[in-house]
Amino acid sequence: MSDLLTLNGVSAGYGPVSVLHGIELAVPERSITAVVGANGAGKTTLLRTIMGQIRPSAGSIRMGGTDLSKVKVEDMVRNGLALVPEGRGVITELTVDENLRLGGLWRGNSAESSRTLAEVYELFEPLQNRRKSAGHQLSGGERQMLAIGRALMAKPKLLLLDEPSLGLAPRITAQILQLLGRLRDETGLTVLLIEQNVRSALSVADHGVVLNLGRVVAARPAAELAADTDLRHTYLGF
Amino acid sequence: MSSRTTLIVGLVGLVAVIGLTFVLDPYRNYQLATIAAYLCVVAGLTMLTGVNGQLSLGHAALAACGAYCYAFTANGLAEQEVTGPVLLILPILAAVAGAAVLGLIVGLAAARLHGPYLAGVTLALVLALPAITSRFSDVFNGDQGLYISVERRPEFLAGRGGTEMFQAWVAIACAALVVILLRNLMKGNFGRQMRAVRDNEVAAAIAGVNVARTKVIAFTVSSAAAGAGGAVLAFMTQSASPGAFSLVFSLFLLMAAVIGGIGTLYGALWGSILLVVLPDAIGSLTKSLSLSPEVAQRLDGNLAVGLFGAIMVLVVIVAPLGIQGLLRKGRLKMQSRGTPQSVPVPK
Amino acid sequence: MELERFLFLTVDGLARGAVLAVFALSLVLIWRAARIINFSQGAIAMAATYLAFVVTSATGNYWLGLVAALLGGAAIGFVVERGVMRYVSSVNPLNSVIAALGVLLVIQAIIGMLFGNGYHPMQVPFSQSPLPWLAGLSISAYDLFVFACVGFVVIGLAVLFGKTNVGLRMRAAAFSPELARLLGVRSNRMITLGWMLASALSALAALLVVPTELGLNPHSTDAVFVYAFTIAVVGGLDSAPGAVVGGLVVGVLLSWVSGYLGATLSPVAVLVLLLAVLLIKPGGIFSVTKERTA
Repeated sequence: MSDLLTLNGVSAGYGPVSVLHGIELAVPERSITAVVGANGAGKTTLLRTIMGQIRPSAGSIRMGGTDLSKVKVEDMVRNGLALVPEGRGVITELTVDENLRLGGLWRGNSAESSRTLAEVYELFEPLQNRRKSAGHQLSGGERQMLAIGRALMAKPKLLLLDEPSLGLAPRITAQILQLLGRLRDETGLTVLLIEQNVRSALSVADHGVVLNLGRVVAARPAAELAADTDLRHTYLGF
Repeated sequence: MSSRTTLIVGLVGLVAVIGLTFVLDPYRNYQLATIAAYLCVVAGLTMLTGVNGQLSLGHAALAACGAYCYAFTANGLAEQEVTGPVLLILPILAAVAGAAVLGLIVGLAAARLHGPYLAGVTLALVLALPAITSRFSDVFNGDQGLYISVERRPEFLAGRGGTEMFQAWVAIACAALVVILLRNLMKGNFGRQMRAVRDNEVAAAIAGVNVARTKVIAFTVSSAAAGAGGAVLAFMTQSASPGAFSLVFSLFLLMAAVIGGIGTLYGALWGSILLVVLPDAIGSLTKSLSLSPEVAQRLDGNLAVGLFGAIMVLVVIVAPLGIQGLLRKGRLKMQSRGTPQSVPVPK
Repeated sequence: MELERFLFLTVDGLARGAVLAVFALSLVLIWRAARIINFSQGAIAMAATYLAFVVTSATGNYWLGLVAALLGGAAIGFVVERGVMRYVSSVNPLNSVIAALGVLLVIQAIIGMLFGNGYHPMQVPFSQSPLPWLAGLSISAYDLFVFACVGFVVIGLAVLFGKTNVGLRMRAAAFSPELARLLGVRSNRMITLGWMLASALSALAALLVVPTELGLNPHSTDAVFVYAFTIAVVGGLDSAPGAVVGGLVVGVLLSWVSGYLGATLSPVAVLVLLLAVLLIKPGGIFSVTKERTA
């Protein structure tokens, strides 16, 4: 299995404040990789750096043959990356339908887009009844579904999720994580997942990466990580 | 700067400026008086916008209110054959009070408005001014405006200096009073409250600041200062007319506050000086170019307006703290002699 | 006689209000795209109207002037956004107002230097006398032209924002530029496009209202801006339908005020109306529901 995304020695931060230090990370194709770590470990910064919202001060980010550190934020989706932002980032002023259409807009092919739209509605049935509702009228779980659905509209090779479980009921979190597993198995989607909810994340992931104070301290199969009590005590606090 | 140094600098400055009136020719003295009159208005505006975060485009109208109040009071007193200091001081007080009342009314509305909304309302206020003066022409005498009987220079000045010198004295005295009062207000507890409201109204309210009251008081005080400036202008020109307080004048006042360094009284001073000196300099420049009369007429005024606009845009983008900010940065650099030091940046 | 006068004032107010509505729409567009009230909008429209004046004077063709005003307005909007407004820090919302006012002064000064501060008469393509076959309504051919233009704009905008992909991109970039970029929308380009569209609209509005009512001079759109600002506020700055309805309502109100109380009182009436709306319903009469926060 080859790696879809690789980070070599990536350092990044906000102005003079350096957050990530020499990150080495490989995301294998058709797998779910979970990045876990405490608050302030640099998880969100890592995603922002991959998506081009922050430029790395050192190192390289490669996907396929492309050096992502030179790609503009708005072109990431054209390179096969789609992000589900933290805090259920939907555009609240637009309707469910419009949010979803927006996700597939970069491809420009409307026949294909409407096919994908139908698929997404099938995947997230609750959204179907709310097609014309504005984003701000949705519940938290519906918003998260919408954000994921919108990312899927882009037909990404790599789906990045920033804390999808944040503020959601455990049952809904479990549903969403299961869905990711299904997408991996059925469509060959590659997923990079950032989570604080370590147990749930590792239960669905194939690979686990532990981030601590901006450094990768462990990168192993997820099951192995979950079983390593020492590591859990040291870095994850349970 | 500590209070004592400020006091010394202020006193020395005041003495120097008054001394200056003895050596300047009448035209320069008139310009000096104009600077002082502008300073009254700009100082009030810079406090309102820079310290309290309320953007007013209507200070020309508030100054106009002061000018008309001055005119009514002065003409009324003159009819009663009142002369002497009363004919000077009472109209100025009336102007300050009148502008403060109008400011209170606008301020009560402003307290509920935010940024651009307030700017729009005050803009409408400026445009309504000529409409009011021409509608109630029997009171305001329309576009022509009012002629004002003013107190002449006192007898003891005869032979020593011209009318312009006396005008400069009155203007400087008013400006000094306004600046001292505003400075004390800005440095004290109320100044902190104004800043708190500017930075975050919710946080200020949680901290126990009465947001609405702070905004209304700030607007009223600022209007009173504008009224004083309007009174001085009326006293100098012996007239009050809507044309003297147009939208462009309002924008010029804002521009003076911004270019000088918004929120600082020194900045108001630099801005007021620029407001008088720059058009004058451009005027002499175009005169020296010996252009055809038609071209000269087109450049006259417009060139200064355009330059002011361009500088204002540049200042907002490149140096948001204006001239005073640049001066302070320069001073800090000199003090620290090359060692890097961060500049305290007021928002 | 009374009724006739009332009808005349009402129709006249509707026609004027329709034009002001277009101008207000341009303010709403920029507000939605960039959260800026563009205080230089009047000056941009005025400059574009001068362009129309020059082209029409040179060619004798009104329609070429109209096209020139639209293209010229869009071009000025482009320059103002890319050249100035983009670089203004949005930390303090007053900065953009001040920068826009600076732009206003620069444009007025440039036009004043090029054309002088005097008035230039402008021609309109249709008669302004009441049409005989609409007896009693006192609608002129020019009024019909104005209504047609405004209708075209309103429908065009509705289609653009409701049906097209570009419109969806523009709205996304307006509401949430960072998120939109993550979805592949070139947000900066969309915001510039919004400025160009808005500036072209305001140019159209100015071209419709300046020749008949104000006369062309560097300050002829100052009052138009204030009226349009009032309309946009009355309608709610976020609401395009609000701007249209607000425009018609304010237009008729102003027409009645100037017809029955005196022509010079319009600016005072606007001030009173603006204050009343802002104090009673600060979000505008057509403001949308608040976002769900839970």
